[in-house]
This record gives sequence, structure tokens and C-alpha cells, in this order.
Amino acid sequence: MRRIISVLLENEPGALSRVVGLFSQRNYNIETLTVAPTEDETLSRLTVTTSGSDKVIEQITKQLNKLIEVVKLVDLTEGSHIERELMLVKLKATGSQRAEIKRTVDIFRGQIVDVTSTIYTVQLAGNSDKLDAFIQAVGPAGVLEVVRSGVSGIARGEKVLSL
Amino acid sequence: MELLSGADMLIRSLQDEGIEYIYGYPGGAALHIYDALFRQDKVKHILVRHEQAAVHMADGYARASGKPGTVLVTSGPGATNTITGIATAFMDSIPMVVLCGQVASTLIGEDAFQETDMIGVSRPVVKHNISVRHPEEIPEVIRRAYYIASTGRPGPVVVDIPKDMTTPNERYEYVFPKKVKLRSYNPAIRGHAGQIKKAVDMLMAAKRPIIYAGGGVVLGKASKELTELAHKLGFPVTNTLMGIGGFPATDKQSLGWLGMHGTYESNMAMHHSDLILAVGARFDDRVTNATEKFCPGARIVHIDIDPASISKTIDADVPIVGPVDAVLKEMLGLVAESKERPDAEALKSWWKQIDEWRAFHGMRYETSDTHIKPQEVIEAIWRITNGDAYVTSDVGQHQMFAAQYYKFDKPNRWINSGGLGTMGFGLPAAMGVKLSYPDSEVVCVTGEGSIQMNIQELSTCSQYNLPVKIVNLNNQALGMVKQWQDMNYESRHSQSYMGSLPDFVKLAEAYGHVGIRIDRKEELEPKLREAFAMKDKLVFLDIYVDPFEHVYPMQVARGSMKDMWLSKTERV
Repeated sequence: MRRIISVLLENEPGALSRVVGLFSQRNYNIETLTVAPTEDETLSRLTVTTSGSDKVIEQITKQLNKLIEVVKLVDLTEGSHIERELMLVKLKATGSQRAEIKRTVDIFRGQIVDVTSTIYTVQLAGNSDKLDAFIQAVGPAGVLEVVRSGVSGIARGEKVLSL
Repeated sequence: MELLSGADMLIRSLQDEGIEYIYGYPGGAALHIYDALFRQDKVKHILVRHEQAAVHMADGYARASGKPGTVLVTSGPGATNTITGIATAFMDSIPMVVLCGQVASTLIGEDAFQETDMIGVSRPVVKHNISVRHPEEIPEVIRRAYYIASTGRPGPVVVDIPKDMTTPNERYEYVFPKKVKLRSYNPAIRGHAGQIKKAVDMLMAAKRPIIYAGGGVVLGKASKELTELAHKLGFPVTNTLMGIGGFPATDKQSLGWLGMHGTYESNMAMHHSDLILAVGARFDDRVTNATEKFCPGARIVHIDIDPASISKTIDADVPIVGPVDAVLKEMLGLVAESKERPDAEALKSWWKQIDEWRAFHGMRYETSDTHIKPQEVIEAIWRITNGDAYVTSDVGQHQMFAAQYYKFDKPNRWINSGGLGTMGFGLPAAMGVKLSYPDSEVVCVTGEGSIQMNIQELSTCSQYNLPVKIVNLNNQALGMVKQWQDMNYESRHSQSYMGSLPDFVKLAEAYGHVGIRIDRKEELEPKLREAFAMKDKLVFLDIYVDPFEHVYPMQVARGSMKDMWLSKTERV
């Protein structure tokens, strides 16, 4: 099952490589990974999406917790949560396609952020399924380049992951 | 205010940490540190002949004393040569700090001479590693390194020190921190009271209980509490290979150790038990055999300081995260308060069954009129040393024979590379023990394959006068490999034969030691006694043993715990 694990990590050199190393050492799978400092500069917030049986996920969280630089972590998929991924996609847009693509972007609540006579560059945020659906909707043939940020997530309601 | 250079701060921090010996090898990037070492006499340095041996020495010391060992090496090859030693310590959770020189921080990343990314190289085999970024940090980094290495589940910590962090003419204020506080590292200091209560209730209700005690009992200094609990409850105890000595082997409640080459009675009792109390053990593959067939009727209480060890391979019914000594103490308190006692009738019939298993096999082996049997050698050493020696071993058949036939009644006496299985571990480990326990008998049980992986350390033994006894069970082959080839590859002995062996007697003599060859059965005991009488000499005993001997019992691959070979022809 797909899981989103959110980690507060000491913002120190080498800390990220320890997290990534752990996944490859122990044969766990990383689907997406995002990381950036938080409002407290001494901490980074890292979101990793992975998949595995409950037993594997339990080991992943335990092994992550053993890393000295990991301060706290939570499996967001255990409760209700919001997940978002940002995508920038460059699309071939000529002739009648231009209007059609514009309409599709609107339906998906994206924005066209750069335009040339033959190209639209579209920005789209949402959960990963929505981004996949957009690519399907515009037709993969017109897609020239895709950049996805990987998943970021946060718990709904009162729950906070902080010190 | 005291101003010191980074190198002097490093050595001062080691002094303030209470470090007596460090084991190492100098080189370019570590020269400022070696100079600081030269200008003081509190911290003593032992110069090895290969960096791997320095780590095993520190490791042997740590296993015998329970205190962290310390290694000092230079950058590049000095650092990478420590990796096998670090991995050995990591797998067996041995506290250790490895100080590595590094090229100057201005050169890092430029493929400078003797540059290696030691933080990256060591990362998968350390508990933690730290790179020094400013000379002023050194006391804090050293304090933190020892704190992390020796608390919680212990392990090796590498400290990478770029050369410009130790420059002699740059001085900073020296302050050794009294306390370490890490917001992201808080090992458990006691177990969950509710879980402990639940576990004790299960112990009281068990009909066929067994205590399965691992290396955590030795590392966690809990052998007194474990022994007391086992005696109070009257339960049988089996140790893991790493847990040997955690419960006295000559105690009538001891079943010996379990797993691949464990005793028949241990493996049978585990398989048929209805309750397993696992203490500081990690259900590794050399214990459980096929996990899906593991102990079908048993409920499991698992105590461990490391939550990741619980339910990793075998699910625990009652997990208890905490230091084993504290948890066992709490259990003892509850047992003392409780009016309940384990079912005496059930225990009696359980012991009757166990005694039948004991009588059935009893670690018997065939003797021979012509060949010396390796098992006989170990039994003789046990007698001659009154069962009170520190015994280190290398890896292979001799390791199994030593663990099976030397009966350890005390913890910290059996010193072997259990997790990683590192050949070449035995001699340097013995040296580390002998240095700190000069009045104790220290024996290295080895084989002609393993000993040659670190034999250069015979030279270090001469330099520092380390009169260990080396017992080379010479079967002229890589015995364990050969045994597997006999059993699984129709005796095709691919590369398991050591075609050209040195004359070990002459070799020992060349290093200034005593060499004794034993190849006749009747000479065994008298020559062993002669060797052990030479208290101040390193004696290399080259003992020619039966080259066809196998280690038994041996679990049948992919079977359950009770599926074993008991001899070359007998399978149960």
C-alpha cells in the first residue's frame, strides 16, 4: 500500500543522504521525495512516498527513527491528510489545439505560465492522480517535458508535526 | 581560559572521556594528532600492523570490558581499512569510536592524495558518523561520539577530522562539555509498565516456557537479573551465540545455545514451547531457520532496547522496548509481589521432556584413535583454564566448536564476530582483551584460514608483550566451506583447500614467540598444559585435527527449528 511518511530532520549536511541510504540499504522503495527547510531553519521537512506491506512500513518508520538526525516522523496515511504535488508541463500548442488545451487547463484549475507561438507551459498542483489525469486528458503525444515536485503532505485538523 | 590546538583538544577530550588505550596507525592527515599524542602520556597508543586489526582490538576490549573502544587512523586507505572492523562492531552492537584523519577541508572533493569520503563510505555500517567542521567543535563532537556509541543500542561512531581542524598554531578555548543533549536521540530508559505486567502474567500461565537470551543481555549487563529470574521461575534458558555467558553454561537450567549449530535440546525446546521470553535477542536467520515454520505454538514476549529489532522477522505478542536490565528488574519485582507461581506440574513434565532430549544427543561426537578431534581440544582447554579464560575466535568450524564445547559461566568471556562473521577477528580481539586484562588467560581459537587474515599482528604482540595463547585448529582446509560442499555440493571442494600452509611454528618463532605443533593424540593434553604454563609467552599451538570432521547439530536448510542433522548420517 502507498504511504506518505513525513519527517522532521536536523537541517545538517549529510542528514538527507542517511535517509536515502537507509532506503536503498534495506531494500525499501522511494517513489517520491521532497525536502526543504522549515520556518525553523535548524529543521528540514522531508516527505517520502513509499509502498510496502504493513510490516515493511513499520520497519521503515522504526529504522528512520533510529537515525540520529531524525527528530520526529509521522505516517500521514494513517489519518486524514492533504497531499499536493506541483507539476510543470510543456505542451505542443498550435492551431486549434491551443484553445482545447486552454480549456483543459481551466478544467483542471491549472495556469499557463509561459507562452510561445507553438508552446504552452502549464503549472498544475494537486494530488498525484489529478496530475496523471491531466496528462491523459491533454494526450501524452503533445507532452514535450514534465517536471513533478514529488508529494508534500500535511495532516488535516489540529494535528501538527513539530518539536 | 585554556587555549589549545584542535589536535591537543582531541587528545585532551579523550583524556577527559577516560580513555586509556587507543589503537591505530599514523599517516599524513593524522600527523598533527599523532604529534599531540606524543606530547602527553595519559592516553596510550598501540601501533598495529594493519588498520583492520586496530578496530578488532578496540572491539575485543569493548566486548570484554563493556566500555567503548577507540581507534585512530589516517585518511584514505587508513580509513577504508577500518571498514571491515567497523561493520563487525556494527552487526554485534559494539560501542566504539573511530577517529579518522581527513584531507584538509579546502581539498575535500578535489580527489586529493589519500582522500576518501569516509562519511559516505562508512554510513551503512555505523550507528552514526560526524565530520568536524570547526576546531572549536572537537570537544563537543568527541563527547557526543562516545555518548551515542555507548547508549541505547550501542554501535560504532566514526569521527572524520580534516587536517586543518588540527593545525598546531591555531588555538581555541578548551571546554569539555559535562552533558550531551540531543533533541533527536533519546534512548528508552525503562520499559512500559503495563506491557511488563502483561508479560509476567503470561510467564505465570505458561506450560512450556523457554527463555531465549541474546547478546543484549551481555551488552546490557543484565546477566545477574536474567539468572535470578530464570532461577525464580525455574524456566529453561537458551542463549544465542552472542548471548553465551549471559546465563551460566554449567547451570542445570541452561540448554546451551540455539540455532543453526545449537544444541538438540535447545532447538527442540524452542520448537515445542508455548511461550518464548526473548531478552535482547533479534530472531536472526541463523537462529530461526525458516521463519514461516518458526515455533508454531509459541507466544512471544520480546524485550529489546531497539524497537526496530522487535517484530522485524518474527512478530512479538508482547513487545517491550527498554534496557534489558531495567525491564528484568521490574519483572523480578512483579514476580516477588505476585501470589501466583508457574504451574509446577506442567513445568515438571516440560523438564522431563527436555531431559529426554538432552539424554538423546548431549553434544556427543565420535572419537578417533588416530586423529585429534577439534571438540577434544576445546574440552581440554576448558579444563586447563578452569573454564575462566577469555576466549576469542575467528570464523568457521573452530568458532562453532569453541562455542559448543567451552562452557562459559560468565558474560563478556566469549568474544566472536557473530553477526558479520569476520575471519581475521580473533587474534586482534584477543590482543585488545589481553592488554586490558593482563592477568587473565586469553585464548584465541582459530583456524589456519582465519589466522592468516591478520597474522601480521604477531608483530604487534611482540612489541607490546601480549602473551595470548593461539589455538590453531588446523584441518588444512576452510572447514566450514568444505562442510557445506560435502553436504550440498557432493563434496566438490571448490577453493576450500589451503594448498600451501606455512610452518606456523617457525613463523611464530620468527616473530619472537613460541610455536608448538601437536599432531598426535597422546601429546594433546601434556603439550597444551606446557603451553598454558608459559604465562609470559605468546604460544602458537598448531594443532592438526581430523580434516573430515563436521559441526553438528546442524539445522536442515529451510526447515523448522527442530529439523537437524545430528551427524553425517543421522537426520531428525
